[in-house]
Amino acid sequence: MKRFFFMVLALCSLTALQAQDRFMTRNGHIRFYSHTPMEDIDANNNQVGSIIDMKTGEIVVSALNKSFEFSRALMQEHFNENYMESDQYPKSAFKGTITNLQDVNIKKDGTYPVDVKGDLTIHGVTKAVLTKGTLEVKAGKINAVSKFNVAPEDYNITIPSLVREKIAKTMEITVDLSYEPYTK
Amino acid sequence: MKVKHFTLLLIINLLAAIVTAQDIDSLLDSQMNTSTDYTTATFKSTRIMNGHSIERMPTGQLDFRICHRFGRLNSGAYNLWGLDEANMHLSFEYGITNWVMAGIGRGTYEKAFDGFLKFSILRQSTGAINMPVSVSYFTSLYVNTLKWLNPERTNYFSSRLSYVHQILLARKFSESLSLQVSPTFIHRNLVASELDPNDLYSIGLGGRIKLSHHISLNAEYFYVIHPPRYSPSIKTYNPLAIGVDIETGGHVFQLMFTNSLAMTEKGFIGETTGSWLKRDIHFGFNLSRVFMLK
Repeated sequence: MKRFFFMVLALCSLTALQAQDRFMTRNGHIRFYSHTPMEDIDANNNQVGSIIDMKTGEIVVSALNKSFEFSRALMQEHFNENYMESDQYPKSAFKGTITNLQDVNIKKDGTYPVDVKGDLTIHGVTKAVLTKGTLEVKAGKINAVSKFNVAPEDYNITIPSLVREKIAKTMEITVDLSYEPYTK
Repeated sequence: MKVKHFTLLLIINLLAAIVTAQDIDSLLDSQMNTSTDYTTATFKSTRIMNGHSIERMPTGQLDFRICHRFGRLNSGAYNLWGLDEANMHLSFEYGITNWVMAGIGRGTYEKAFDGFLKFSILRQSTGAINMPVSVSYFTSLYVNTLKWLNPERTNYFSSRLSYVHQILLARKFSESLSLQVSPTFIHRNLVASELDPNDLYSIGLGGRIKLSHHISLNAEYFYVIHPPRYSPSIKTYNPLAIGVDIETGGHVFQLMFTNSLAMTEKGFIGETTGSWLKRDIHFGFNLSRVFMLK
């Protein structure tokens, strides 16, 4: 009987331990920026969800396209209506892994450069991507930052000739995620 | 018995472990707050064709509109099928907050000035708040500034005024189809003769079908509810307009064919004298240019 309780306890603590490897945010930030001589377009999403698992190195990021805020309401409408088709494809998502997890010591405060590999899904199109970023560990929390470029064309987003001069061929995407330990 | 219990507990624990170890993808999905997804761009413009749509100018944005209705197509080649005559309406329309917009305008028809307010009351949405339709309330004041028809008699300024009240009720059924119903009440302080009613009731029906991301096909019809024994001094028809919206970034062009000349509610709902069947059709356009003031 004693052994049986021990087993149960052991299993419970095992599951509890596993949960502590996970960090989560519900209000991460993604900015996208398009620069052309004609016009600069800048949009921010402050409701980005993400979970990072420091045991396996897995990362998932999910952003609602309609949560991107533009300074011009008309641009925001066109972004959702004409380009992202947000009613049909409401989310943009990333699912990947940190490939150099061994270089990160989550027990020790510091800034660690990381390589991330995974699949980026925008406008219903999934593409394999490789990017670099940094993880800043501080007082048991993690701040992840990355910057990369995305070409709308790669994700079947067509830009009509009328506005081609105003929309850049590649967009600069800045991701800034402040994770807290995930507890149920 | 003991072994059975043990196995059972073991299975429960393993299951619990699997649940916690669920892939973080679905875990994230379950953890995100359900937000309200407001329907946007039910129509491309604040007008369907002649009449207002439920759309409102966003806060701090100014819409400068230049609208023209040319003469009748059946006026023939001498008149270049109407293009020689142009009726215009100019307006400045501004989004004050994210629920109210205001506009002022001036039109050739009756040399009238007009001012309006439009309020967004309900917004179609899904998610945390589920709302099947969008509802706006539109009200306008119209001032006819033509010289008095009978200057010798006592004329009051109030005789120049007309009022419009409209409930705009719309639903975006799909990415390509939006429909609107617009019950309308118009009060005219002074009418041409005692045969003409001061109050007019009408139901507007409008809609759009998107042909591409930047072009939609629009149509709009107002059914004017006539009182019994209605015989106005001038024969009027229900207005019907059919056209396209072409959106090019900051501009929206609305090209149309319509049997009405006026571009404000009081005129096109109550005083349309052209008939589609007699080919009294006007070509016209609305040009909207949006400026960002804030």
